[in-house]
Amino acid sequence: MCRLALKTADTPFSPYEVLTAMEAMQEGFDGSGLGLLLRGIHFDDFNYRIDQPILSGIAHTEEALQRLDEYMAGQGYELKYDHEFTITRGIVEAQDREKYIIRVYKDPVGAEPSQEATEQRYMQVRLDLRRDGEEHGGDLTVFSFWPQVVMIKEVGWPLAVGDALGLHDGRIKARVVMAQGRQNTNYGINLYACHPFFIQGIATMTNGENTAFVPIKEWLTGKQIPGYLGYQSDSEVFTHILHYVLKKLKLPLETYKHVITPLKTSELDVHPQGDFLKGLRTACRRLIIDGPNAVIGTLPDETSLLVMDHKKMRPASVGGRPGAWAFASEICGVDALIPDRDRSLDFQPMREHTVIIPPHRKEMVIWSQFNQFALPQAA
Amino acid sequence: MVSIQSVCTSPSSLTYHDLPWIVQHREDRCTLCGRCTSICPVQAIYLTYRRQRMPKLDILQKKRGSDYRHFVGIRQRTNIENKCIGCGMCSMVCPNEAITPTPNSNEDRSLFHINQKGEAWKRGGRRNVSGRTILDRIIFDRISMLTDPALDAGRHEFSTSTILGRILPPEEFLRRKAAGEWIPPTREIFPFIIGSMSFGALSPNMWLGLLQGVAYCNEVLGIPVVMATGEGGCPPWVLKSPFLKYIILQIASGYFGWDEIIRAIPEMQCDPAAIEIKYGQGAKPGDGGLLMWFKVSKLIARLRGVPEGVDLPSPPVHQTLYSIEESVMKMIQTMSMAFGFRVPVYPKISGSTSAKSVLNNLVRNPYAGGLLIDGMDGGTGAAYNISMDATGHPIASNLRECYLDLVAQGRQNEIPLFAAGGIGKNGNVTQNGMALIMLGASGVHIGKYIMQSTAGCLGNEIGRCNVCNLGLCPKGITSQNPKLFRRLDPDEVAQRVVDVYMTINTEIKKIMAPLGRSQSLPIGMSDALGIDDHAAAERLQIKYVC
Ligand code: SF4
Ligand code: SF4
Repeated sequence: MCRLALKTADTPFSPYEVLTAMEAMQEGFDGSGLGLLLRGIHFDDFNYRIDQPILSGIAHTEEALQRLDEYMAGQGYELKYDHEFTITRGIVEAQDREKYIIRVYKDPVGAEPSQEATEQRYMQVRLDLRRDGEEHGGDLTVFSFWPQVVMIKEVGWPLAVGDALGLHDGRIKARVVMAQGRQNTNYGINLYACHPFFIQGIATMTNGENTAFVPIKEWLTGKQIPGYLGYQSDSEVFTHILHYVLKKLKLPLETYKHVITPLKTSELDVHPQGDFLKGLRTACRRLIIDGPNAVIGTLPDETSLLVMDHKKMRPASVGGRPGAWAFASEICGVDALIPDRDRSLDFQPMREHTVIIPPHRKEMVIWSQFNQFALPQAA
Repeated sequence: MVSIQSVCTSPSSLTYHDLPWIVQHREDRCTLCGRCTSICPVQAIYLTYRRQRMPKLDILQKKRGSDYRHFVGIRQRTNIENKCIGCGMCSMVCPNEAITPTPNSNEDRSLFHINQKGEAWKRGGRRNVSGRTILDRIIFDRISMLTDPALDAGRHEFSTSTILGRILPPEEFLRRKAAGEWIPPTREIFPFIIGSMSFGALSPNMWLGLLQGVAYCNEVLGIPVVMATGEGGCPPWVLKSPFLKYIILQIASGYFGWDEIIRAIPEMQCDPAAIEIKYGQGAKPGDGGLLMWFKVSKLIARLRGVPEGVDLPSPPVHQTLYSIEESVMKMIQTMSMAFGFRVPVYPKISGSTSAKSVLNNLVRNPYAGGLLIDGMDGGTGAAYNISMDATGHPIASNLRECYLDLVAQGRQNEIPLFAAGGIGKNGNVTQNGMALIMLGASGVHIGKYIMQSTAGCLGNEIGRCNVCNLGLCPKGITSQNPKLFRRLDPDEVAQRVVDVYMTINTEIKKIMAPLGRSQSLPIGMSDALGIDDHAAAERLQIKYVC
């Protein structure tokens, strides 16, 4: 079993905090990997403007770094800040990490300013660089290129990775941190297989196994939507389904749960939106997930969410107070992240729940699949 | 040497060692009750007087002589039309276990003479290829254990239903929903469908038993089983009953029975489950249907709107149409319209290397509700032996190819593929069906298996019985002769249908649970499949395991 932790708070905090919380749940990892996603970034030594895209990845050779520079310059991106980690060598196993990249860029002059065009452009940069790395024997790994988002992935024990990169020095802080320890052990070990997964500002990480992976992957791939690729991990499809529901179908966040774990017919027969939901279930039948899963996600507006599989076969807890909330696989993880909270208000979602922490972080919203929700276009 | 003229032999004279089945009769047990001879569907055996020499020795006179005794015995006929078909009815009725057919281990010489009077051999039944099939060899090997608690087939809830009918891409569904436009009809059904067997081919008792069983599965057990009619319509009381929703009505090239159906539309209480347009049948591709005159009883004649006692051949193609594309297009549209666009309409074709082109055509037809591909291992009520044995395409690779074609286009959720032909041929019905589902089928049709398991059909893959076409069915399954079909009790058939579906339902869960699947039928979950044959693995794009 893998362990997940997410903390979201009004005041930026160090990602190291989350790593220590993961240590509390340590029996769950085998040290095969750590994935971190930081959102709402604050750099100690750089005055970051929130609309500047940040590139996250790893250059494994000097040559790769050079190619990256050439590509970015060619696209018209101007490098504004290059974060230098305080690296301690020898803690993580991998020897071929020329540079952990966290770089802030300035948009090309005259780039089409519409939101859609920008989102497309950012994703294309990530995909181009990823392909470039793949074409060169995997010497360049790129996790994200997006404003306000930093991603770090490395093979090794979570705390050790944090130490190796000096994450405790407080030079990077964030309002939202997602962390997952252990890679997907069902398929090969690969940096891209580390959770969380990211596409156009949307990120998810999972504790579990998606047994319906292959048919879902085949369906998503067949859609020929740019960015629906990779799938080194069976959990990556959760991210893409969330992206598909929100960005392509333009449905509200609540629908995600109805797509991945729809209610059964007898339950929909008495649901106020049953007719629509039955049709949606049929149309999205290939996106029904299976297996034990707890999916934690975050959105560009800093909304955090947590959903369970339909049988609730994975644990996950939520706790916090206005201004700071935590999701973790185990309650001790929540304890470590937010000790000063009213524990009696902690919540463990059941199969029908979606827990949402809205961007204002004033409350935790518990939404049940049996409830009606606002559906703009459903007639 | 005996003179030539006195030996009674002709080119087609055979002895019982030349026949596929040899009847073993034990005179010492026989009480001459005559049950075997009267039940034998082909009069393969007969009671006959025989004379036996009794040696006589007169010791005092030192003379040897003979006495003769007459007795009644049972003998096997050796002419082609009366050759034993191995049905075993004689042993079933014999009170003294005195008689039984045994397969001849010698060659079957009747095969060389079966074409008497220039008539090519026709029969009912199946392809007569025994042994494990490719489907039997597929195993489910992706056991979800590494990171999971496995599911419990007995305790957890499983969703085992499938969708029949055209499914819109999600974007299009939302657009039409918002605009209030037509959404193609779909049905949530059990993925094992009772395949089309016509009301003419099946006896009324068999049909009634199946329908009763299907209704029980739906209404009492909550297993949404549907059954297809085959060509030739459906009794009017069924058309006007609430059971119609469990029935897929078939229209085939003879259009038999459709007058009755169309006339019943205004009085229907509910819509049928679907309409199946038959273009081909796996067991006899390129061949039409044939209901022999002796099966055209009064009832059948009325249902089909034809005179009694005439041969009813359906042409191999739909006559009125110019090409299959045009035909599929027009017929699907017409049928959809007849039922107010509320009923899924899909074609059934025989397994063939050209199945993909039909499929691609359907993908572009917004009214097509699916595609049923019938592989060559399927059964039939009547066909030429040559068609059954040698024409067609096995289902596994055909289905897989079509599915992967849809995957490549990203349309695999839109046109559900159904597979048929040899599913459960060796009894492994759930395993065979689930293998096809994981290869990409949305469901499977089962015909022969249903006849064997629910009505005790005697046919097998080594030529046993298979006289379904002659109206002689010894079990009363495929006969319109009341003397024969009264042997079959519809209630017992219904009971067996229920037994079968309860078992399949449990077995599906037993397959899904270890794979970690419970939320939806594992359609296309090919990563869970393995086979111990390299070439087959490569062709099906699944794992080779050994
Ligand atoms: S096995 Fe069937 S066909 Fe053969 S003798 Fe017995 S009853 Fe007749
Ligand atoms: S028992 Fe009836 S249905 Fe079965 S093979 Fe014999 S004749 Fe055909």
